[in-house]
Amino acid sequence: MIVADRKSLQEILAMVEDNKKILIAGCKGCVTVCNAGGLKEVEILASAIKIARKKQGSHIDIDIEVLERQCDNEYVAGISEKVGNYDAVISLACGVGPQFLSEMYPDQTFYPGVNTTFFGGATQHGVWEERCAGCGTCAIHHFSGLCPIARCAKSLMNGPCGGSSQGICEVNKDTICIWDLIVRKKMESGKLADLMGVKGVRNWKTSRHGGPRRSIREELVQGNI
Amino acid sequence: MRLSYPADVKIIQVPCTGRVDILHLLNAIEDGADGVYVAGCLEGECHYIEGNLKAKRKVAYVKKTLTEIGIEPERVQMYNLSSAQGARFAEIANEVVSKIRALGPSPIKSSHAA
Repeated sequence: MIVADRKSLQEILAMVEDNKKILIAGCKGCVTVCNAGGLKEVEILASAIKIARKKQGSHIDIDIEVLERQCDNEYVAGISEKVGNYDAVISLACGVGPQFLSEMYPDQTFYPGVNTTFFGGATQHGVWEERCAGCGTCAIHHFSGLCPIARCAKSLMNGPCGGSSQGICEVNKDTICIWDLIVRKKMESGKLADLMGVKGVRNWKTSRHGGPRRSIREELVQGNI
Repeated sequence: MRLSYPADVKIIQVPCTGRVDILHLLNAIEDGADGVYVAGCLEGECHYIEGNLKAKRKVAYVKKTLTEIGIEPERVQMYNLSSAQGARFAEIANEVVSKIRALGPSPIKSSHAA
C-alpha cells in the first residue's frame, strides 16, 4: 500500500487559518489501512481543528467526507454537488488525491493533509516499512525475494558495499543491509552462484528517471473486457 | 459508604474503558468541558484483557493532540482503580476537580455553554 503520515496540526492549521468553512476528505484506500486518512483520522482532525479555532476565538464549520478512493475520477465526482460550498478542502489521501480533486474541481483549493512517504507494509502494529520503489522493472526473484532497489540505500544491483557492517547499513543503525540478507539467504539455499553472474546495465527509464509514467491497457481503454 | 464527591463531575458509564474513544475525549473538550478523566480498572485486571491499557494509550494520544493545540494536557487524565475502591473513587474525583480548578476554565468557549 501507499504509506502516509499526517502533517502536523500546526501545518494544517496554518493552511486553513483564513477559512471559515472547510471540508475534510478522507480516502478508504491505502491511507485508511495505514491509519493516516480514513474516517477515524478525518474525525479526529476535524475535532482538533475545531478545538484549536475555538481556542483562538474564531469559529470554523467543518464537514467530513470519506471517498471510496480519491485516485478514481468516478469516486472524486461523488462530491461534485457540495465541493463548491467550502472555502477549501483538506485531503487526507495520498498525493494522488488532492491532484485528482484539483484536476476535477479547478476552482476549489485543495490542501494535502498528509505527507505521502513510500510503498510498503506494516511489519507490526503501528510500524510501516518501505518494500517497493515502483521502479517499473521488478527483479526481486533474482534476489531471494528481497528488493535491493527499494531497500538498499544506494539501490545497488551488486552488493553489499563497504558501508555494510554486521548486517546494518551505515546510513541508519535501524536499517538492515538488505544485501547482507540477500547474500545470507542465497548461501543458506546453496544458490550463491546466482549472484556471481554479470548483470547487464539496468535501464532506469522505467523508473522516475524516464519522467512521469503512464500505464495504458488498450483492451481496457477499448472497453471490451 | 455514603461517600461524597464533587457535583462538578458528570459520570458517563461505559461497559469497559476499552470503549472510550479518542473522539469521546476530544469532543468533550471541543464542547467546553474543563477536563475529562477516564476511570478504568487496575492494570492487569481488565475483564476484557486490555481495555484499560487501550484507554491509556488513547488518553496519551489526546494529551499529545491538546499539547499541539496549546491546551494543558493535564485536562485529560487516566486513573486506575477497582470497583471495590469506592473511597478511592471519591478521592480521585476530588483530586481531579482541584487540579482542574487550579488550571482554570477551559480556553474553549462552548457553543452549548450558557
